[in-house]
Amino acid sequence: MHWNVIANNLTYLLVGAYPHGELGGLAMTILMALGGIFGAFWLGLVFGLMRLSKKRWLYLPALAYIEIIRGTPLLMLIFWFYFLAPVLWGRSLPGHQSALISLIIFTSAYIAEIVRAGVLGLPKGQMEAARGTGLSRMRAMRHVILPQALFNMVPSFVNQFVSLTKDTSLAFIIGVNELTKAATQVNNRTMVAPTEIFITIALLYFVICYVLTAFSRRLEKKIMRYQARQR
Amino acid sequence: MAYTFDWKLVLGGEYGGWIVQGLATTLKISALAIFCSLALGTLIAVLRLTRMRPLVWFSVAFTEFFRNTPLLVQIFFWYFGSYSVLPEVVNKWLYRQDFEFAAGVIALTVYTAAFIAEDIRSGIFAIPKTQIEASRATGLSFLQSMRFVILPQAFRIIIPPLISQFLNVVKNSSLVMTIGVMDLTYMTRQIESYTFHGFEAFTVATLIYLAISLVVSFTVNIYNKRVLKLIPY
Repeated sequence: MHWNVIANNLTYLLVGAYPHGELGGLAMTILMALGGIFGAFWLGLVFGLMRLSKKRWLYLPALAYIEIIRGTPLLMLIFWFYFLAPVLWGRSLPGHQSALISLIIFTSAYIAEIVRAGVLGLPKGQMEAARGTGLSRMRAMRHVILPQALFNMVPSFVNQFVSLTKDTSLAFIIGVNELTKAATQVNNRTMVAPTEIFITIALLYFVICYVLTAFSRRLEKKIMRYQARQR
Repeated sequence: MAYTFDWKLVLGGEYGGWIVQGLATTLKISALAIFCSLALGTLIAVLRLTRMRPLVWFSVAFTEFFRNTPLLVQIFFWYFGSYSVLPEVVNKWLYRQDFEFAAGVIALTVYTAAFIAEDIRSGIFAIPKTQIEASRATGLSFLQSMRFVILPQAFRIIIPPLISQFLNVVKNSSLVMTIGVMDLTYMTRQIESYTFHGFEAFTVATLIYLAISLVVSFTVNIYNKRVLKLIPY
């Protein structure tokens, strides 16, 4: 085995050429995941609420959006944005931007479903009571339903974040310099240690994702105690 | 930049043929992976329920590790790095096959099996405990009561989540293009680089993936409405 290959390239795998060059490796993976979940949360919230609306012109587009995105492989979306941005906007986007846009759009469809499940999971009495005190539907949503629903949904968001972290590896295919790309670069350069390299990066991904998964499980148990329930 | 659409290009002739070939490969690799991962996933789930510590640990480690690492990395591992961890005989056998395809099937199988194992486990937990106690009391062994009493009931409950896992396999199978398996996504990119008519090729491929997903999930919804209601718990 050639574990010294890993020892020699560990900094490159973790932060890329930074501080002398571009940031890459694991740091880039984490940055993309954070940026992705932030964007996907807001976009997903909008589509989730639209999907819950009773107005046809609001929920039909949201339904179509969610179904289309969830029925398409992420890789396909990444290619769409990468190859079609030049056609649509007349100039090409840098790889990490178009990958981030694809990740946000892809994840937002799943977040929208989480939001919808969270809101529908609350007892009906919450909305009725809020409307009964004279709040409009929008304000009841904003002040009564969403604060509870979003809190209950935190474990699902964390799980989605784990998926997103794993999905950032696909950005490698269009040349974004994140962990998987760094690994293939090291592999192509050294050529003797593919097993060691891919085991190492699998472990790096695993540590991040497993810590988050374990956290979300504990959180889920805690939250269960405080949930408003149907009686 | 002006772009002229040429739908005939991808709907027939040589490039249309490529798409059909790609679709066939996608379906073939997905079907194989679904079949193998169902078997492996069931095994892993049952191991978790045995009383033997090492088996339980193995099952937990398997599901946690393969669920929490990216599929792409796993594909690369099986493709580039598996030769030094697998026995010589297996390597030789694998290299005699279509190795890209085999590595893709293995990666998809192992990744999906981890998810399927969790689904099956939750299905088994949904069966009241008295079922296994009663079946054990009638004199069935652990394996027999799994085989004849618990699993048949558990599978009925978990058909919807299992099918959505199968759909994920079809979508995830697009990643095997990175190691050169000529699936639908690979062929689409190929057409893009041959003709610069990526728009048409991507549209057709996306519609194909979408059609598979929508048809299957529509069927599952009907199942949910008609059949799942009949199950008492």
